[in-house]
Amino acid sequence: MEKTGAQILIESLLKENVEVVFGLPGGQALPIFDAIYGSGLNFILVRHEQSAAHMADGYARSTGNTGVCIATSGPGATNLVTGLATAYMDSVPMVAFTGQVSTAVIGQDAFQEADITGITRPITKHNFLVKDVKELAKTIKEAFYIASTGRPGPVLVDIPIDVQRGKCEFIYPEKVEIRSYKPTYSGHAGQIKKASEIINRSERPVLYIGAGVVVSRAEKEVLEISVKAEIPVTNTLLAIGAYPTDAELALGMLGMHGTYCANKAIQAADVIIAVGARFDDRCTGKVCDFAGKAKIIHIDIDPASISKVVDIDIPVVGDAKIILKDMSKQIEKKERKKWLKQINAWKEEHPLSYEKNDNKLHPQYVIEKISELTKGEAVIATEVGQHQMWAAQYYKAKNSKLFLSSGGLGTMGYGYPAGIGAKFGNPDKEVIVIAGDGSFQMNMQEMSVAILNEVDVKVVILNNHYLGNVRQWQEMFYGKRYSHTCLSKRKDCPPLCNTPNRDRCPVYIPDFVKWAESYGALGMRVTEKKEIESALKKMLETKNSVVLDTWVEIEENIFPMVPAGASLDDIITRING
Amino acid sequence: MRHTISVLVENKFGVLARIATLFAARGFNIDSLAVGETEDPAISRMTIMVKGDESVLEQVTKQLNKLVDVIKVNDFSDIDYVERGLALVKINVTKSNRAEIMQMVGIFRTRIIDVSQDSMIIEVTGDEEKIEAFIKMVMPYGIKEVCRTGEVALARGGGRQ
Repeated sequence: MEKTGAQILIESLLKENVEVVFGLPGGQALPIFDAIYGSGLNFILVRHEQSAAHMADGYARSTGNTGVCIATSGPGATNLVTGLATAYMDSVPMVAFTGQVSTAVIGQDAFQEADITGITRPITKHNFLVKDVKELAKTIKEAFYIASTGRPGPVLVDIPIDVQRGKCEFIYPEKVEIRSYKPTYSGHAGQIKKASEIINRSERPVLYIGAGVVVSRAEKEVLEISVKAEIPVTNTLLAIGAYPTDAELALGMLGMHGTYCANKAIQAADVIIAVGARFDDRCTGKVCDFAGKAKIIHIDIDPASISKVVDIDIPVVGDAKIILKDMSKQIEKKERKKWLKQINAWKEEHPLSYEKNDNKLHPQYVIEKISELTKGEAVIATEVGQHQMWAAQYYKAKNSKLFLSSGGLGTMGYGYPAGIGAKFGNPDKEVIVIAGDGSFQMNMQEMSVAILNEVDVKVVILNNHYLGNVRQWQEMFYGKRYSHTCLSKRKDCPPLCNTPNRDRCPVYIPDFVKWAESYGALGMRVTEKKEIESALKKMLETKNSVVLDTWVEIEENIFPMVPAGASLDDIITRING
Repeated sequence: MRHTISVLVENKFGVLARIATLFAARGFNIDSLAVGETEDPAISRMTIMVKGDESVLEQVTKQLNKLVDVIKVNDFSDIDYVERGLALVKINVTKSNRAEIMQMVGIFRTRIIDVSQDSMIIEVTGDEEKIEAFIKMVMPYGIKEVCRTGEVALARGGGRQ
């Protein structure tokens, strides 16, 4: 039977077992939305297309499935851009569909026309403009295949309105065969042997694991190798939870706001085994000083990641899980008493710390309490900024699908919609968004989606009245010139101010409690340390959306810190210290 | 160092833009580019000449390979290959130097494809060096216009690259 392009799209999504689609309609997507009406597709109407992409992203990261979003042409499509770039940087499988003006008028600056395949070329793994309805089913199949295989990433499919209306026989292909796209999965035996030998000979090896471990589900293999050969493990932001946080061999996160012991271990190591990590500058610090004493083994499915930033001694291209399985047979059991003693000494010398002996409400304390009360089993989605780093440092995630954060692009406004998307994929799990008061304001309009769909996502705002991360840099590197980082600054404030004071400063807007209540959510505010625990308990007991506005220490800074461009050796553990 | 990169791609719209974007995003100027169908009409070959730092070019080659529409990438720098480009050169001609120019055409084994009272169009084919050399030789007569194609290249021998 013949079907329209729009019907073909919806039926293809159902054939791909898509659980949920996020989006917002518009003129050039009307046939698609007409086909959705009554189709049984679980479609969630967002309030801004950027959130549709972030929700699809949060859904994908927390479930391992491919996220899907739909927007109309022009502004609908351009609103997806930030979400696509976020997913691209963090290798998140996603397929985005956009309406497009009719093929007859493409290129004529028609109403709501934008060259979205041109715009998104550098921020998608691949994209398609479908010019013939007969190509549509095959293109959709390819889009899902490309998005979810190899190094995953977002794929955009642009569908002109006449293609949505056009008709043809619907046959959804069973298999995909793209001659120019064949990811390598199994690693080269010779390279695996070489890498294993180097590891066996090493005295001070370190495993450095990234998102690739999560994507290939290689957590077990990493654990096995690390225990067998006593190799300490450091993780990137995107691999939080991939290695047991409290294990003796766990070093915690490395890099700019990584732990002292992780950074010290990297710098002292004689072999680094990077698995599914891409040597991001937030991890390496000054590249020429990174792991200067080490031979570097790099396991990655993306050949273009090899030697992109740091020269690699032994590359192994392929899937982390398959490679580590092969490697583990060749890696010898080994005790490394001296190395572990050194690691433990670093851990004791400078553990993660903040002032615990006063009555002030420190943001780190809030995260510790969340971690404690949820036993690390909640899905955490973070916005971007100081709160994100504190969450990374103090939340002890029990597994790798529980910590969602925009690592590569650092997208403020990511966390709340990502958390909502995650809740759709994990209705039985607690989802908590850890937000800054700045970031949260970028996409908080999506509370409508949470309330109307009865997905109770909890938001804890670490409210310091500032764009705190930038303020910290201004304090440390720009002579405390707080240029446009104060979020309560009013017209009648002095033009120059670097002495924030809650008693004297203008009243903070919005009042997040009243704002939450206006949606029918529970709003709470905490300004004292002693109130935190009971407020968090109340939040967790509530079967509704909750916004918990915590007024934390305004000028708290994240430590340790490796200043931008500095070597990991130059880690600062606290100001003046 | 100059690299001759041969890229086999799907013969589809938008592929050239993807490739050009990759070079542009890294600030590389493409010295020359030639695109055309291969023995298989579904596949095009792009021959790209570009100058640049080795490590950065290695990255570009890997990134090219990563593009979904790219079937194969070959950097010809390390292998034996032949290359040919074509240039049309329009030069000023007078009665007194016409014979001299025609002699030059003979030496370089080029062809005259258009003649008028005061000009001549000469077709030069060859590798980049030959074309450059010819242009340099006729420069003193006064060049009106030059139009050049990008170089195309194939590896020597029976294998397919």
